[in-house]
Amino acid sequence: MIVRISGEGQYRLPDSDAERLNELENGVVSVVEAGREDGYAAALTALLDYVRANGTLVADEEIETSNVIIPPADLTFEEAAREFTGEGLIPD
Amino acid sequence: MAGLTGRMSTVVKAKVSKLLDRAEDPAETLDYSYQKQVEQLQNVKKGIADVVTAKKRLQMQESTLQQSVVKLDTQARQAVSAGQEDLARAALERKNVAQTELQSLDTQVSELEEQQQKLTDSEQKLRAKIEAFRTKKEVIKAQYSAAEAQVRISEAATGVGEQMADVGLAMQRAVDKTENMKARADAVSELEAAGTFDDITQLGSGEDDIDRQLKQLSSQPAVDDELAKMKNEIGQGGAPATPQIAPGETGQPSESGQA
Repeated sequence: MIVRISGEGQYRLPDSDAERLNELENGVVSVVEAGREDGYAAALTALLDYVRANGTLVADEEIETSNVIIPPADLTFEEAAREFTGEGLIPD
Repeated sequence: MAGLTGRMSTVVKAKVSKLLDRAEDPAETLDYSYQKQVEQLQNVKKGIADVVTAKKRLQMQESTLQQSVVKLDTQARQAVSAGQEDLARAALERKNVAQTELQSLDTQVSELEEQQQKLTDSEQKLRAKIEAFRTKKEVIKAQYSAAEAQVRISEAATGVGEQMADVGLAMQRAVDKTENMKARADAVSELEAAGTFDDITQLGSGEDDIDRQLKQLSSQPAVDDELAKMKNEIGQGGAPATPQIAPGETGQPSESGQA
């Protein structure tokens, strides 16, 4: 699958990584929901680093649509709180 | 096809899709979509140029404020030597505000620098994808029937559009970041325009409003500390009977540099 880190680029990851990515993503959301600013940077970095470490960069001239788009590395806690708490844009 | 069901990526993807919808017209002809990509690339370049302009403006403001800090410090010292504590305090308040603003400008400049770098990288990616799209489009047109080619080229256009939307998102964030710090910068610019940081000796009696604003902006404990330190260093001057500078009089140029 293709994962885009917003503002950074696209990575190609095995489909089997989806579950782990979901866990890491839920990790970020739960930290934000709990209002735990101290744990936020680590949770977001864990998600981004997983993608960077396990994915291979899609070449600039390759045209692919992403299956997943995750937020940029410099997303602040306040921005995340605005975006991802409560029901978000699309309720579960 | 694998995907995440997580709330976060859903939200981000929805945002990008929204930008994509705005950018794309499904009724476009094949060649037109390339033409439009090239046009949008020009907009991205313009956006980057705006960030660079904003950065240069901040850097100019920085160097003006740096000069003011030096000047106000000199004048505060002269005032302390002359035993004019009120004047010294006023100069230090101004210096304090100028310094605080300098720090915030510094942060802003490095943030903009970072944004500029990111946008430039994204622009390169986008340019590469648009170039690839141009080639791919021709290959597809040669190999497939018109209807099939339309579908395949639209798919490729969506991929390019996603990169475009991503640059757009980064651009929006760059603008938001500069907007966030604008309120304070505006307040300081107003003071600057009023000549607040220029010359403390120009202080008249009608400056109440500026002084009130300054008091709000400056950190009083820091001003108190610095004044105490200066008085210690200079030893109060000892001759308050002959003030070197008085309100309303023309001050010594800062080059005199006496302490």
